[in-house]
Amino acid sequence: MTDARNLPRPTQNIHEYLAEFDDIPGTRVYTAARARKGYHINQFAMSLMKAENRERFKADEKAYLDEWDISDEGKAALLARDYNKLLDLGGNVYFLAKLFSTDGLSFAEAVSTMTEYTFPEYREMMLRGGRSPEGNRSIKANRAAAGAADSKGAH
Amino acid sequence: MARITAGVASSHVPLLGVAVDQGKTRDDYFGPIFAGYDWTREWEKREKPDVVILVYNDHASAFDMKIVPTFAIGCGERYKSADEGWGPRPVPDVIGDPDLAWHIAQSLILDEFDMTIINEMDVDHGLTVPLSMMFGQPEAWPCKVVPLAVNVVTYPVPSGNRCWALGEAIRRAVESYPEDLNVQIWGTGGMSHQLQGPRAGLLNREWDNKFLDMLEADNDDARWIPHIEYLRETGSEGIEMVMWLIMRGALGRKVKTVHRHYHIPCSNTAIGHIVLEPVEEETAPA
Ligand SMILES: [Fe+2]
Repeated sequence: MTDARNLPRPTQNIHEYLAEFDDIPGTRVYTAARARKGYHINQFAMSLMKAENRERFKADEKAYLDEWDISDEGKAALLARDYNKLLDLGGNVYFLAKLFSTDGLSFAEAVSTMTEYTFPEYREMMLRGGRSPEGNRSIKANRAAAGAADSKGAH
Repeated sequence: MARITAGVASSHVPLLGVAVDQGKTRDDYFGPIFAGYDWTREWEKREKPDVVILVYNDHASAFDMKIVPTFAIGCGERYKSADEGWGPRPVPDVIGDPDLAWHIAQSLILDEFDMTIINEMDVDHGLTVPLSMMFGQPEAWPCKVVPLAVNVVTYPVPSGNRCWALGEAIRRAVESYPEDLNVQIWGTGGMSHQLQGPRAGLLNREWDNKFLDMLEADNDDARWIPHIEYLRETGSEGIEMVMWLIMRGALGRKVKTVHRHYHIPCSNTAIGHIVLEPVEEETAPA
């Protein structure tokens, strides 16, 4: 943990604040830009809170999606349940969770589809203490470490 | 005068609610988690709070993307359990305390916290799971609840410093309420977890425990932890822990830890739970 007392205090520059988010491996922070981009995907997902909408969606997914102002790319990702793609398009997991439950998937099972693991493997990883933060904190730091290892290997 | 007698922090994983509702709290998977709350359930029976100020976040249940309040306070008479897509949890309605809630809302606004006022909403697992963990399955919840909803989903979420300062202002508001009330403040969510992307499943036992240590300390260092540290170290959803700082900020500089529990995992999440009591500090001799 960084020594909190040495950190800059009051107002942060929004550009610097946001730029740091892109340095986290395998993570799409739900920023204002993503919230704007994914607005209709998330509001579509929210509509599945109502039983009658779930029924209509299940009866004809494509027709239901056509009622929403969502790009073809977004509709294709929703039909394919490509959740990493949906995060890129501004989807947020708490909204997408309405689609998980429409599909009868547990949160953990749906989450596992975004990782390199099958659901049983994912569950096993969680039981063993979860994914380690080691090597998962910073893309730049990982690159620097890989670079250092490469140059070591060259000599 | 009303006073804040204790602060409680707890994870609010939806699966814990399922375990309670389906009677699985003592099985092999959930047993060790719920055992860590046995002490608190007995303690709450003795403490008998009149009101709990319950800091939580809504998970796309009462609020969607149409309106995203940073800090919202429930001033309603009662709140129903939300249907989160599989029917509402079978728990009693949550009874509000509109007089106290409006008093806190007004005081906070004068104290320069521009609160959103909520008169009607349903409350999701973020609020009902902690009630189940602390009180079990009563016919009616044993106390009134003032819901305090924080945006921890859409960035920027409030800073740790702002959350801590809100806690300090809540304490001043409670202490200026004339009725003699035993008030607790609960901070919920966390600890480390990430529910999205290829890095999903990240947990960080070491960081979480250092955070618990910081809450126990006689200082306010934790308020300065930047968002990026929560994100890197505790996963994208670990940011919920800023809500614990509202609880801690309301307790004053010095606290006594009366209970602490940590368990990995519950579904995707590290479970953390701590009970703190404010310690009256002697005024220095003149
Ligand atoms: Fe949460």
